[in-house]
Amino acid sequence: MQILSNLFSRRRRYDDISVSIQEHINERTEELMEDGRSREQAEQTARREFGNVTLIKERSREEWQWAFLESVVADLKLTLRRLKKSPGFAATVLLTLAFGIGANTAVFSVLNSVLLKPLPYPQPEQLVSLHLNAPGAPGLAEFRSELRLSASMFLTFATHNSAFQSVGVWGPGTASITGLAQPEQVDTAQISGGVLETLNVPALRGQWLTAADQDNHSLGRVMLSYGYWQRRFGGDPGVVGRTIQVNSQARVIAGVMPRGFKIVNYDFDLLVPLALDPTHELLAGFAYRGIGRLRPGVDLSQANADIARLLNVWMDSWSNGPGSDPHWYLNWRIAPALQPLKETVVGSIETVLWVVMGTIGVVMLIACTNVANLLLVRADARQQELAVRSALGAGRWRIVRELLSESLTLGLIGGTAGVAVAYAGIRLLTAIGPGDLPRLSEISLDAWSIAFTFILSVLSGLFFGAIPALRYAHSKQRLTALGAARTSSVSRERNRGRNLMVMAQVAMALVLLICAVLMIRTFMAMRNVDPGFSDPPTLQVMRLSIPETLVRDSKSVIRMQNNMLDKLAAIPGVSSTGFAASVPMSGAEPAWDQIIVEGKNNQSDNLPMRLYNYVSPGYFHTAGTRFIAGRDFTWTEIYNIRPIGIVSESLARELWGSPQAAIGKHFREFQTAPWHEVVGVVQDVRENGVDQVAPATVYWPSLMGDPSILEKQDVWRTVYFAIRTPRAGTQAFINEMQKAVWSENSNLPVAEISTMQDIYGDSMARTSFTLVMLAIAGSMALALGIIGIYGVISYTVSQRTREIGIRLALGAQKNELKWMFVRSALLLTGSGVAIGLGTSAALMQLMKSLLFGISPLDPFTYITVPLVLAISAGLASYLPARRAAAVNPVEALRAE
Amino acid sequence: MAKNPEHRDLFPGALEIMILQSLRYRPMHGYALVKHIKQVSDNLLQVEEGSLYPALQRMLREGLLESETGISAKGRPTRIFRLTEAGVRHLEQEVVSFEKMFSGITRVLAVARA
Repeated sequence: MQILSNLFSRRRRYDDISVSIQEHINERTEELMEDGRSREQAEQTARREFGNVTLIKERSREEWQWAFLESVVADLKLTLRRLKKSPGFAATVLLTLAFGIGANTAVFSVLNSVLLKPLPYPQPEQLVSLHLNAPGAPGLAEFRSELRLSASMFLTFATHNSAFQSVGVWGPGTASITGLAQPEQVDTAQISGGVLETLNVPALRGQWLTAADQDNHSLGRVMLSYGYWQRRFGGDPGVVGRTIQVNSQARVIAGVMPRGFKIVNYDFDLLVPLALDPTHELLAGFAYRGIGRLRPGVDLSQANADIARLLNVWMDSWSNGPGSDPHWYLNWRIAPALQPLKETVVGSIETVLWVVMGTIGVVMLIACTNVANLLLVRADARQQELAVRSALGAGRWRIVRELLSESLTLGLIGGTAGVAVAYAGIRLLTAIGPGDLPRLSEISLDAWSIAFTFILSVLSGLFFGAIPALRYAHSKQRLTALGAARTSSVSRERNRGRNLMVMAQVAMALVLLICAVLMIRTFMAMRNVDPGFSDPPTLQVMRLSIPETLVRDSKSVIRMQNNMLDKLAAIPGVSSTGFAASVPMSGAEPAWDQIIVEGKNNQSDNLPMRLYNYVSPGYFHTAGTRFIAGRDFTWTEIYNIRPIGIVSESLARELWGSPQAAIGKHFREFQTAPWHEVVGVVQDVRENGVDQVAPATVYWPSLMGDPSILEKQDVWRTVYFAIRTPRAGTQAFINEMQKAVWSENSNLPVAEISTMQDIYGDSMARTSFTLVMLAIAGSMALALGIIGIYGVISYTVSQRTREIGIRLALGAQKNELKWMFVRSALLLTGSGVAIGLGTSAALMQLMKSLLFGISPLDPFTYITVPLVLAISAGLASYLPARRAAAVNPVEALRAE
Repeated sequence: MAKNPEHRDLFPGALEIMILQSLRYRPMHGYALVKHIKQVSDNLLQVEEGSLYPALQRMLREGLLESETGISAKGRPTRIFRLTEAGVRHLEQEVVSFEKMFSGITRVLAVARA
């Protein structure tokens, strides 16, 4: 209020001051006149005695002002007025800044939400994931970085640990929900006791699962996720206590978890108790992911030591059945490698995000350099004005402040516009970002992002403003040189800064372009890898599960699956069908286990782990996986439970030397199992993505066991159906597929309906995301760099018009003149390229983990990119050079 | 502050106390203040215009003075400054502390002389 009323009364105060001072001088004048002086003389004396009227007025006024602030406001007004007068300049700079700052803010928001923000659990710093390494577990270690926990491990850790408040294990799964509208397959998280206690997020409705729910003798209750509760129950608050059919079993709903709650990074529909048997678990069964909450004051190394101790307790207290050696696992060299839960959640995306942040940051630097160049040109044009002001008494700081206030204003306006760009950018990023981008739902433009934008705006304003400000702060000495400066050719010193900036730009652009091209080459290399299936867009995939509660015996299950294949094959446009326990890159891994090979030394403790898959006849043909040798299973063999198998090419070569030699050889699952005969060898399949090694795989018939005893037959109940049709992915086809399934049994839910192309694309999402981001950054860098070169050469030409005129008049050849300018541009580019190449070679080592199939020093990239840059630079300088050659000597000289 | 070395400013606060005391005697305008101080001090003290006007504005802002439109001795419009209640209190405090300071200085000088 005080400030406001001050502002209003200020004009009156200023008038008062003027009136007082005027009267002061008048009275003094009259006094002097009374002493006998003339009016003129008297007035002069009075004024001289009084001193500098303007200055005293100003000092008096300042008593009512925030002096510094007001002069800044005055600067700001001046700046805005000047910008309004050159809209072209203002628009160029502001657009450049808006996009530069906006892009940076967008990427920073993602980085901040994913990497920097704490996890959305109470005291997240106490949370760890119970990561175990098993470098001695052959086969497995090559394909997975960690050993998951077995149920017995969890039970040991939970009872005997001293470092944790709570520990828990969980695993993703699926369940069929029937009895509500259409049958539906939902994602479940199977959790042990301790998981909810560890994450410690209270239920939104009802209560957590309790120890009683984990009792393996009864059917425990379940919990809903917020999303599923909204989707299926419309957010009905009375849902707690109701019963739903989960896998055809009635289970009571204990509660609903709040919105956004995930188990680590897994978005579930339903929480189901794991209900482990505390007395009869085996040592083996490494299937679960473990999490724990550390006791206050306990650090990671203490927790690691605790788990290391408990691993011995674990081997001492459990077994794999009579006659097995529990200490055999010493060979696996299992060791704890606990990590903060955040690392597990964030995963490998960290490198990508930092690389993207880095590249966008470099683009910002290039943009700032361009703006600095533009400002230099403007300051050049104002040199005379600045020199005059300096001569009239403006201090160095005053001039610097004015130049800086212009650049800061530009920075801040650009930053404000940048927020809008960032908002759009974030939507774009989350749309094109990899589908498995962790914490996707948490990404937002929050206070941190705004603070980041502000700081970036100010810093970039200072950065591009400092260059002209430093240069023109010394304008005082230049006044005398002013006359000369106008006619002389361009001064070397003045151009040096500009040239350095262009070199820096070229170097930075080169680094970014090399990044981008390396990513493109990586992507192409990945596209060229034979993934082990063909033509993914015409391969329809869906997952279907037949629970035991619906169909009990194995033979009926396989018959039902066979019938469904036939019905699907009868849909118009379908050329073939088949199913498997897992399709490539779906993330479903049926099992990892060892095999015993006939005629080989199987006594070694270090038998490698093989990936198991279970397939139907026709699956390989449908997926387009080639047979290298031998043949497919037949339905007769499946129904008769013939002991046969198919192996992957790499496994055949490893065990028997060649695919052909493998045919007719035998292997089995464990000592008492029947020998299976190899009937076929198929090409390697990139199960975990094209950039991952294809695991050695054993394909079993999907029905196995003892042909004579029904109870001892095992069938794979959750399978992926593969359907080859040009209609894949269309809604009409999906509807017909659903109908075909329901005509077999109307209680069967269909899940994960997608085309193989989607799965394939998802597996490359990280690479294509990085590629798109780097390509955008690279092309922005190239464009900005070219504009920079063009600007500098163009400006040089305009500065040297007179010199060019003289040269022409003296008989210089036009072509030589053009070449002179192009050559100077190429020289700058060349130096920039040299610096850039060195930097790239060093920086690309950091990107190694993102590359596939090419070296970080890929010669093709390192030759073409500089060439492209040099050619673009040549073109960019040719345009102004041609203008130089077109100078009319007479006019050029007359203009002076 | 002082452009003329003959008329040095005495010490911080001296100008202020003189203005306050003069205005307590009677409200007056700027030039009158200058003349008043000059006369009363027998030409020993001369107020710098460059200090006077900013000081008047500062005291206005601090609420020690108030100004009103008035007529100068020559019948022209000017601004008359007058002491406020706060100004009177402030003056009395200042006078007390000045007197203490003077007596302190006087004693020190007396010792030095002896």
